[in-house]
Amino acid sequence: MSFLSVTYILLFYAATIILFVGVGRRIYKYAKTPAPLKIPTMPAPTTKVGVAARLTREVVFFESLFKANLWTWIFGWMFHASLLIAFFRHLRYVVNSDTFLIGPVIHWHLLQLAGQYTSFTLIIGLAGLLARRIFVDRVRYISAPSDYLMLLLIIGIGVTGALMTFVAHTDIVALKDFVIGLFTFSFSALPTSLLLLLHLGLVIVLMIIFPISKLLHAPGLFFSPTRNQVDNSREKRHIADWAKPLDETRGKS
Amino acid sequence: MADFETPKLKEYPVIPNLVDDVMKGSSPFIAKPLHNEPLGFPGELVEGWKDKAIDKMEDLLGKYRGLQVYLDSCVKCGACTDKCHYFLGTSDPKNMPVARQDLLRSVYRRYFTFAGKYFPKLVGARDLDKGVIDEWYSYFHQCSQCRRCSVFCPYGIDTAEISMAAREILDTVGVGQKYCNEIIAKVYKIGNNLGLPEPALKMTLEDLEEEIEEETGLPVKLPLDVKGADIMLITPSADFFAEPHIDGLKGYAKVFHEAGISWTISSYASEAGNFGMFIGSYENMQQISTRIREAAIDLGVKRIVHGECGHAWRVAYSFWNTLIGPFDFLDPNYPVPQHICEFTYDLIKKNKLNIDKTQNDHRTLTFHDSCNVARATRMGDKPGGQFDIPRAIIKAVCNNYVEMDPATTKEATFCCGGGGGLLTDDLMEIRVKGAMPRMEAYNEVVEDYGVTNLACICAICKSQFSKVLPYFNEKGAPQKFSMDMVVSVHQLVYDALVLTGQKFGDELDAHVAAMEAAADD
Ligand code: SF4
Ligand code: SF4
Ligand code: SF4
Repeated sequence: MSFLSVTYILLFYAATIILFVGVGRRIYKYAKTPAPLKIPTMPAPTTKVGVAARLTREVVFFESLFKANLWTWIFGWMFHASLLIAFFRHLRYVVNSDTFLIGPVIHWHLLQLAGQYTSFTLIIGLAGLLARRIFVDRVRYISAPSDYLMLLLIIGIGVTGALMTFVAHTDIVALKDFVIGLFTFSFSALPTSLLLLLHLGLVIVLMIIFPISKLLHAPGLFFSPTRNQVDNSREKRHIADWAKPLDETRGKS
Repeated sequence: MADFETPKLKEYPVIPNLVDDVMKGSSPFIAKPLHNEPLGFPGELVEGWKDKAIDKMEDLLGKYRGLQVYLDSCVKCGACTDKCHYFLGTSDPKNMPVARQDLLRSVYRRYFTFAGKYFPKLVGARDLDKGVIDEWYSYFHQCSQCRRCSVFCPYGIDTAEISMAAREILDTVGVGQKYCNEIIAKVYKIGNNLGLPEPALKMTLEDLEEEIEEETGLPVKLPLDVKGADIMLITPSADFFAEPHIDGLKGYAKVFHEAGISWTISSYASEAGNFGMFIGSYENMQQISTRIREAAIDLGVKRIVHGECGHAWRVAYSFWNTLIGPFDFLDPNYPVPQHICEFTYDLIKKNKLNIDKTQNDHRTLTFHDSCNVARATRMGDKPGGQFDIPRAIIKAVCNNYVEMDPATTKEATFCCGGGGGLLTDDLMEIRVKGAMPRMEAYNEVVEDYGVTNLACICAICKSQFSKVLPYFNEKGAPQKFSMDMVVSVHQLVYDALVLTGQKFGDELDAHVAAMEAAADD
């Protein structure tokens, strides 16, 4: 096996560890830190089921963003939906079309067909977001270099992916062997194609920066007290552990 | 009037272009040691303030999940950038919610994140220095903690939470805001924000009783410190003598009277307002509200009813149970606390009030959703009751009611511009400019529908609007906006509610003459 294959194998393992450990630690921190006061943005659901529905609407439809700004919503939603489809499409490197998951849940061929074109919607969505960042003065004002780089990074992933689909095909059978090798520890060589190396390299970078960047918005949403709290403060006493001892001292100043 | 220009009211709202640093000079007066110390804060900027500020930030990050999540999660999508009334009114980019958060986030990143420690330029991280402290002091006092931004943020990032944290860090290093801290010190000493002592309160209430009797011919009472009353009323102290608040208080009294229920005000807890929230201090917020728990136990009341106030209703509705609960000593058949609007609405629904709507026919009303009531509380049992119940009351007592632009009401309501501890004369410029978005919507209904009055259910809104409305009159043109356009919702109730046995005309005149004769003796 080539030096390059070995490097990529090692990088993939490192990136995976960083991603899962990093995000896991962050989630642990969020989960462990109490929200001492009831601060749901009202009107808020009065039941847990209602909260689940609210969060689902946020995750699936980006409800708040929709209310806020239609252009950002269109581009942002297009990008995220494409990402989701691209993720499923990439499952073909890991599993076969007859895997139990696939049949009933996802229409394999439709997915593969539509998946080809999601690279376009992905790139259009990201390009729209980038354009807003550059041309809308308010958004430009709040952008740091990392905000541009992040978009360029994902655009890079999309463009290299699209090129492999439509211009310079890679040996997907060899690639599948490589990927399955990563899961089963029976390694095989990575097909050498510059585009593929770039594509995978950028994905590795994305995985590594996930836990130390704004990509934390993904787990963050689920821990956001303004979105995940039930509006029941009059009915149920809500109190954080650190605040409990204060019950004893209140009023004795 | 002060040396700034009142923004022009446009026919259609326009998102302004950025003008850097226009509001850089806006800062409230700094608190003196005598204002800070009663709250447990150092008197003035402490030695080693930098480390202390970072330590405090760490402390807060461990105590408030919201703060931690919000500082991490912002993707700089810009969805919130045009949602803040202070940005719309000033064009200062630092008044865009995300930019305001970034004033704190940049420091958080520098000291608490990998990227900010090693690649500060890349992620917009910066060191904490005195300039940053000054900037925090200025721009975190240009936020009324109204939460409009949090409605529109895809992650619910609430700039109010960030502002509160920033103010608490500032207080911890001795940089307090005079207005808030002085008021909190007054509550600790005297029991209310205005520093109104018990004898003065008693006299005020007696005067009001006399006034109501002159207007109705009936001995409607405003009882003080009555042990064993059913209801204790907790209301902002502005209701005791600011205009137009006081007419709202008269309205509550009339409703209680007609309901035939015994009630009382407490001189020990004569304040609903809780500026502990504005400064982000859990401990102070708890300490202030504890007076209410103590008064309720001491007076042996069964229920607590809460007057018209925005931020105070937030503290009461959302935080009391946490801070001063459990309320196992009160009657479990009623919500604790219950809003006066819930109370009145209940009577209206049960047809227990005799209403003469025509008494309000000289008015055409519109309603300002107070941001704290709208986005941080509820009334009734259904989400959105905070919008429906006050409107239902107004419509039950008035014939002429008009809504403002729906983009500026209910959950999308614009703050009056004076909330969050900004209702002080040293912040007049930001208050006037921040009122602009609400004023544009109000102007529209005044122009198109001849609206004569703006009904509010928040003490701060009432004071703020009374003060800033006149600023928006165009020079030379006939006066369009006057302070008496602002009314309490319960003032409308007062005017339309006909009490059982209420006297009118000659009978009332005779009664008043008899009262005067008795007083002359
Ligand atoms: S809407 Fe939320 S995520 Fe977007 S810039 Fe504003 S605070 Fe950040
Ligand atoms: S909480 Fe209100 S005042 Fe503060 S930034 Fe958000 S919109 Fe502006
Ligand atoms: S004063 Fe009224 S409108 Fe303004 S912040 Fe408070 S509740 Fe909101």
